[in-house]
Amino acid sequence: MDALDRRIVNGLQGGFPICERPYAEAAAELGTDEATLVARLKALKAAGTLSRFGPMYHAERLGGALTLAAMAVPEDDFDRVAEIVNAFPEVAHNYAREHALNMWFVLATETPERIPDVLAAIEAATGHTVYDMPKIEEFFIGLRVEA
Amino acid sequence: MALTATERAVIAALDGGLPLVPRPYAAIGAKAGLSEAEVREVLGRLIETGVIRRLGLVVRHHELGYRANAMVVWDVPDGEVAAVGRLLASYPCVTLCYRRPRRPPVWPYNLFCMVHGQDRAEVTSLVRDIAQDLDLADLPHELLFSRRRFKQTGARYGRAAVKGAA
Repeated sequence: MDALDRRIVNGLQGGFPICERPYAEAAAELGTDEATLVARLKALKAAGTLSRFGPMYHAERLGGALTLAAMAVPEDDFDRVAEIVNAFPEVAHNYAREHALNMWFVLATETPERIPDVLAAIEAATGHTVYDMPKIEEFFIGLRVEA
Repeated sequence: MALTATERAVIAALDGGLPLVPRPYAAIGAKAGLSEAEVREVLGRLIETGVIRRLGLVVRHHELGYRANAMVVWDVPDGEVAAVGRLLASYPCVTLCYRRPRRPPVWPYNLFCMVHGQDRAEVTSLVRDIAQDLDLADLPHELLFSRRRFKQTGARYGRAAVKGAA
C-alpha cells in the first residue's frame, strides 16, 4: 500500500457520495482522478485488503435479528461441535476464543422469532448449553481503522 | 420496519457491493429495473432511516497489519455501564462496543468491546492504558483473544445473502 491507498482506505470508511459520478467526486477529495480511484479500489479488493465496497446494513432495521452466543466446549470435542455449529446457515461468524466459554458465534436470522429456535436446535445438535447474549445497547463507534 | 419492493430490489442488486464503474447507481438501476435517479433516492432514504448504516469500504483488519484482536469484557455496575460504554467506544482501537446481559454464574460481564492491534502484546497494553485512563483497572475484566476464525460468511436474509449486516 502506498500513500494514495492509505488515503483511500482512511477516507472512504465513513461515507461515499450519492451522485451521478461518485468515484469522480470522491477522487477529487482524495487528490486523484476517477479512473485511478476505481483501479485502486479494484486492486485493494483483489488483494483482500477490502472485504467489501458498498452498504453496511443495520440488521434489525432490515427486519432481521442478530445475537452473540457462546458455548463451553471440551477441547477433545471442539472440532465436532464447530462443524455442527458452522453447518447452520444462520451462523454468520464463529470464533474460538481463549476462555472457559471458548466458542463464540453470531447468529443472523430473518426474524427475531427464529433466534430462540436456532439456539435450541444448536443445543440439541451439539449437546452443549448455549449462552445467548443479545445486544442491549450499542455504543457508537467513529469509523476509522487506520491504514 | 417493512421495506418496499423497490427498496428490496435495490438491496438485492447491491448484494455484490457497489459496482466499480463510473456510474455505479445507473448499473444498480439496470440490475434492479430502476432508473439511476430512483436508485439514488432509495439509497438516500435507506441511509436516512438507518437501514444502511454507512456506504463505503469495509477493511480486513488482518490485511492491514492488525493481526491480533481481543474481545474485552467488563463487569460494570449497571448504573455506570452506558457512560463507560460511550467512553470505551471513543478509543480508535475499539471497533465495537455493546452492552449485553450477564449469564451468572458462568459469565459475569455486561460490557463487550473489540480491540485490535498489531499483535497480542500491543492489544494487552492498549487495554491496560484504557483501563488506567478511565479508572477501570479495578473493575473485573478479561481479554479473550481469538485462536481461530472458523466462519465468516455474513448474514443471510431471504434467498439472497445480505453481506455487510451488523
